[in-house]
Amino acid sequence: MKYVDEFRKPELINKTAEEIRRLADPNRHYRLMEVCGGHTHAIYRFGLKDVLPSNIELIHGPGCPVCVLPMGRIDDGLSIAAKGDVIFAAFGDMMRVPGTNGSPLEHKARGMDVRIVYSPSDAIKLAKQNPDKHVMFFAIGFETTAPSTALTLQRARKEHLHNFSVFCNHVTIIPAIRAILDSPDMRLDGFIGPGHVSTVIGCRPYEWIARNEHKPIVVSGFEPLDMLQSIVMLLRQLRAGEAKVENQYKRVVPWEGNPAALRAMADVFQLRPYFEWRGMGFISQSALKLREEYAEWDAESRFEVPGIRVTDPKAAQCGEVLKGVLKPAKCKLFGNECTPEHPVGALMVSSEGSCAAYYNYEHRKTSQLTSISVTA
Amino acid sequence: MTPISSTANGSAVGVEKKSATAPKVRFRDPQIEMAHGAGGKASRRLIEGLFMPLLCGDSTEPLADAAHVNVGGGRVAITADSFVVKPLRFPGGSIGELAVNGAVNDLAVSGARAEALVTTFVIESGLATETLQREIEAMANAARIAGVRIVGGDTKVVEHGKADGMYISTTGIGSLIPGIEVNPASVRRGDKVLLSGPIGDHGITILLARGELDIECELSSDTRSVLPFVEALAQSAAGAIRWMRDPTRGGVATSLNELARDCRLGVILHEDAIPIRDAVRGACELLGLDSLHIANEGQFLAVIAPEAADVALEAIHRVPGGAEARIIGEIQEQPSGSVLVTTQYGGTRIIDMLVGDPLPRIC
Repeated sequence: MKYVDEFRKPELINKTAEEIRRLADPNRHYRLMEVCGGHTHAIYRFGLKDVLPSNIELIHGPGCPVCVLPMGRIDDGLSIAAKGDVIFAAFGDMMRVPGTNGSPLEHKARGMDVRIVYSPSDAIKLAKQNPDKHVMFFAIGFETTAPSTALTLQRARKEHLHNFSVFCNHVTIIPAIRAILDSPDMRLDGFIGPGHVSTVIGCRPYEWIARNEHKPIVVSGFEPLDMLQSIVMLLRQLRAGEAKVENQYKRVVPWEGNPAALRAMADVFQLRPYFEWRGMGFISQSALKLREEYAEWDAESRFEVPGIRVTDPKAAQCGEVLKGVLKPAKCKLFGNECTPEHPVGALMVSSEGSCAAYYNYEHRKTSQLTSISVTA
Repeated sequence: MTPISSTANGSAVGVEKKSATAPKVRFRDPQIEMAHGAGGKASRRLIEGLFMPLLCGDSTEPLADAAHVNVGGGRVAITADSFVVKPLRFPGGSIGELAVNGAVNDLAVSGARAEALVTTFVIESGLATETLQREIEAMANAARIAGVRIVGGDTKVVEHGKADGMYISTTGIGSLIPGIEVNPASVRRGDKVLLSGPIGDHGITILLARGELDIECELSSDTRSVLPFVEALAQSAAGAIRWMRDPTRGGVATSLNELARDCRLGVILHEDAIPIRDAVRGACELLGLDSLHIANEGQFLAVIAPEAADVALEAIHRVPGGAEARIIGEIQEQPSGSVLVTTQYGGTRIIDMLVGDPLPRIC
């Protein structure tokens, strides 16, 4: 398969892993944060920890959009859909994320009209197919998915589609990184920068990280070779005492981003003064809402939104895990009260959530694996 | 299907065993959801926590695809399976074909040859007769290919708007193939895991046939009888077959996790040995799905004693449609009760059963 197989070639991966071992100073411990949930997933999916030296620690960042959504937002969205004649449309990622009274899928089992869509434009299709119902798209994601929501809203406006709205939960990545760097208990050596987000925003928005915080950041692809190459690039910078923004994912990410996507976002969205992030509290200017011109398609203006705020269960340490301060398995609830079957927090639901990734792909391996001989 | 009894020692469901105390129901979920029917962890919880305590008493036998029971002094295999698929027809097959092959395969992997089927149709009023006729013809055709008779059935019609056109349920009875004794307890360290062909064709075909995704590719369901493969194994390596399963809902990962749990050993898979078509891989990459969780309808998994593995594989290769069979892994002590996937570059990951249906990852 093109663009996949060449980045999973064992000989190249082994060579790059060797380069990492050569570059890593054995007397130093490296803490590198992968910001994006897609990277977290890839690390576990491809078993990358197994090929890295033990002094390179990968810290999972806040880039799983489902995970950072506070439960109250899900409750708010579901409360709108509970009003009858409303179809709740969302990506599959959202479907098992728990609200106070259950996930969207559990609400569906109780009779709510909940649909999985693969893109926001599918929600428009739904609205056209169901003219006597209202379709509310529960939008989530960083700048990766925000442009497609924006284009969908432009289309809804142009086509005067009145039975469609968006409940906007789009968030932006830079304030989250800033919050992490401001966190006093966080010591990081560098960042594996988000690949998909950067296809939209480009690499420039990260320059302050290098300039002001003196941390290297390498925007990375998602295949095993991409991620290992990015680690090589980070180690080279650290070795040379440099801190700059580099782009490993050049085949997809233009340095200046995608101007058309950014224009669509600027047309439709404006920054919220502040937005609550699960476990991280309120972060200023970290999320998007619809501009006044799109109020008719804004579920938050169109419907009464209860504005529910739910505090996480006391014992749950989602916030610490999201900030990378705590490893998933060190959370008191991990694997006991909180499992993929009975998740307490979204981190245990989304396959990009570090708890789910760790639970599904890793934890039995480390707790039981003593003498595996790999004979591939 | 996963009937609520087993092949091992031949007790029929709850008939021969009586518990002195009231059965302990452990299923605590307040309502039934789609996940409970998806063949993953939630399904297993439902069966083990609600059906088994109430129907099978204190039976602790592992779940299997068909039950072997004593009838009039002889032993027969029995299974039931129901089919709720949308759309009714899809590239490579239809609900009628699935209904026959599903029952035939459940019997086959328990070590039995399907002899007779009875079938129940639940039909939505308003269904075109032509559609129904086509499915009956598809069943007749599939039964002829599988060498099984359809000897009876039942028909119910429900209101318009229910039953998605039609649901079909099939019950099959089979005669045991001499020499095959499958039981997870017989699985040993060093045994080999054999897979009959490429994974995920059926699940991805259905996903695409629903038309919700603008992805087009040349792919068709793998629905077929796996009996010829089982018979080839029986002839070449009968005594070496430890365990068989057709990895339908929940895919190869779910079947092998059930095995790992039942035999308390570890299943080690070699990722690059697992046959998979590019179209299936591509769709899984796009949607963030793991192909090991995707449903198959015409593949089977077998655990074979190591000394017979090559002979068994050659026997499968000689059966038409078996050319892509591979040894995909082996049984080891660790990680006990789990399935571990290894890559050529030395990365490993645990692959678990899903809770419910696989959900696409978009954002």
